Amino acid sequence: MKKKLTTVEFRGTPEQEAKLLAVIAKYEGVDGKMMPVLQEAQDIYGYLPIEVQKIIAEKTGTPLEEIYGIATFYSQFKLNPNGVYSIAVCLGTACYVKGSQAIIEEISRQLGVEVGSTSPDGKYSLEATRCIGACGLAPVMTINGDVYGRMTKDQVAGILAKYR
Amino acid sequence: MKTISELYAAKEVENSKTYPVLVTVGIATCGLAAGAGPVIDKLKELASGNADVCVKQVGCIGICQHEPICEVYVNGERFTYVKMNAEKAARVYEQHILGGRPVEEFMLTEKGEPVQNLMGTTFMKLQKRVAMRNCGIIDPESIDEYIGRDGYRALAKVLTEMTPDGVIQQVLDSGLRGRGGGGFPTGLKWRFACSNRGQVKKYVCCNADEGDPGAFMDRSVLEGDPHSVIEAMAIAAYAIGSDEGYIYVRAEYPTAIKRLTIAIEQAHRYGLLGENIFGTGFNFDVKLRFGAGAFVCGEETALMTSIEGNRGEPRPRPPFPAVKGLFARPTILNNVETYANIAQIILQGADWYQSLQCPGCAAGTKVFALTGKITNTGLVEIPMGTTLRTIIEDIGGGVPNGKKFKAAQTGGPSGGCIPASLIDTPIDYDNLAKIGSIIGSGGLIVMDEDTCMVDMARFFLDFTVDESCGKCAPCRIGTHRLLEILDRIIAGNGTLEDLDKLEELATYVKSASLCGLGQTAPNPVISTLVRFRDEYVAHVVDKKCPAGVCKNLLRYRILEDKCKGCTACARKCPVGAISGTVKNPHKIDTSKCIKCGVCMATCKFGAIVKE
Repeated sequence: MKKKLTTVEFRGTPEQEAKLLAVIAKYEGVDGKMMPVLQEAQDIYGYLPIEVQKIIAEKTGTPLEEIYGIATFYSQFKLNPNGVYSIAVCLGTACYVKGSQAIIEEISRQLGVEVGSTSPDGKYSLEATRCIGACGLAPVMTINGDVYGRMTKDQVAGILAKYR
Repeated sequence: MKTISELYAAKEVENSKTYPVLVTVGIATCGLAAGAGPVIDKLKELASGNADVCVKQVGCIGICQHEPICEVYVNGERFTYVKMNAEKAARVYEQHILGGRPVEEFMLTEKGEPVQNLMGTTFMKLQKRVAMRNCGIIDPESIDEYIGRDGYRALAKVLTEMTPDGVIQQVLDSGLRGRGGGGFPTGLKWRFACSNRGQVKKYVCCNADEGDPGAFMDRSVLEGDPHSVIEAMAIAAYAIGSDEGYIYVRAEYPTAIKRLTIAIEQAHRYGLLGENIFGTGFNFDVKLRFGAGAFVCGEETALMTSIEGNRGEPRPRPPFPAVKGLFARPTILNNVETYANIAQIILQGADWYQSLQCPGCAAGTKVFALTGKITNTGLVEIPMGTTLRTIIEDIGGGVPNGKKFKAAQTGGPSGGCIPASLIDTPIDYDNLAKIGSIIGSGGLIVMDEDTCMVDMARFFLDFTVDESCGKCAPCRIGTHRLLEILDRIIAGNGTLEDLDKLEELATYVKSASLCGLGQTAPNPVISTLVRFRDEYVAHVVDKKCPAGVCKNLLRYRILEDKCKGCTACARKCPVGAISGTVKNPHKIDTSKCIKCGVCMATCKFGAIVKE
């Protein structure tokens, strides 16, 4: 239940909206349509921002709070998009002791992204993870699967520069 | 397909197709993950242009740790090759398919000897396959192959030869009970929903939201034999007088979804779904609905609420779904594996089904997902009443690495554990209930002496806390408090009083929760407390974890006489907890140590021990 409101500026295109309207039209009058509508909406946009929920609410005549309730109930519905670069910093015990908290704070400061959210331009998402089992390399972070070990605060800027 | 004779004709046509050499590759999620894709691609490439060789995909045969699996049938003789890759496949093609010399080194072995095919292994010999009869045999994306194995014949039979009440009676007589966890007699469920046929709208649903950690038989059936579920739903619809069905399948099973979609489309094309099936005036259609990652939706009322397009929260019963279910209409909901038995019960009779189990036990067979500390992991379908010893020692090949069997956890987060002392228990619903566990959906996790039972209980509780929907307080708050107490015990801060609190609270959560999730969530705690109380006591009184799992209760120590003072561990320690000078014994500062184990892995002299 760690869902937050969308932090990223909505960038839906008219094409996406047209697709969404087609989906809504397709399920017109179908019993129990809200799950498939939301699932297909997420396929179109990659996530379910409040703007998309509003369109669905308006077009289907369903209260927005009901749609929000569904979107936050199921773990597969995402209210935030993944960043183009998805950064995960290990806050497992070994990394924590070696100062990963300072690393994650530094990244958060440099990119202006809060932990657990995505930057407004949709470029970076930052999360803290549990132990990823690379204690020998502590502190560890990963960016889109690339692993960086024995991190220091000073290295943060240099590494992030590769993902600008 | 408008008549039964057309169905029989299609079967004849299918069975007249024979190839001198048939090659099958298991293409289910498990096979694909192990790399079956390149294997089938290679074989297809090699066999292209060779009219004597047919290469086809099949579902999962059930021996997961040997995937990717490829089977070769030469003039009807069967050979099983395991742990394949593209190079090995090429060698099989050259040496066996073209050269006629089987490749023994890629075969399964038993007692050091190669076994020609799977059927010759102890793993398979003790199994009886009913629900999984077509898995790993037919191409799940071909309705013709299903028809070739008597597919849709049971539907034809009920529509033309049996009354709806006759169908219900036969299912009732077979003794089939729900395979999804509840164990409720299937025929009885159908009977409750059978009144007012044709007068009211009714639904037939299939629960394919298999969510228990450690259970995957439903996925295997859907991926390996999707038509068996569709046919059974149509039979159920005829029995209760319904014309519409829903399959609620979890979105985490993309391959199952794909094959179900294909199967439904094919059945429509053949006129086996839709209107006026076999010209009998019977109509039935199936729709797919996808879950979105909520474990609670495996509970029947929550599942229906989810199909209705709402938050998947359970609702109080009564009214039961048979009276007021999906869209407030009478509804029956059965699990995938339950449905997979139906067609065979119709074709071979209730008496046949009643003859499968061991004497005195519940009817039929049950699929178990055998995982954990066991040599042969995979899906095993065994007669009800097979003892745990047979499952673990014979079929499962025992606990690996010379470790001792400690307990088996059955029924996942809703179940309990069976300790080694009860290994001769015949497995069926009532026998497991007597010893404080359940069959559940059929997950069977084997644990050896290195498993900490407190940690195990905590693992399952952590899962249910995460998955509690939050509707009722006993489950939402109670499971949280249970988890906090377990965390305290594992951290070494527990007291004996905590054990009493655990027991008391667990009883409350069980009795006061709204749905099956909360009512069974405390089971792993209760069961481990009863069977392994000494381990809990060790954690709270001696502050020791006997299995050496709970990190906070562990101590790493350097044996002075073995330490050569090479400094390797001190250099590797991520937190600088190891001090000492070159060529002198080192010491671990336990207040700094985070128990990551790096030092122990680094030491070349075995001088570091954990205790």
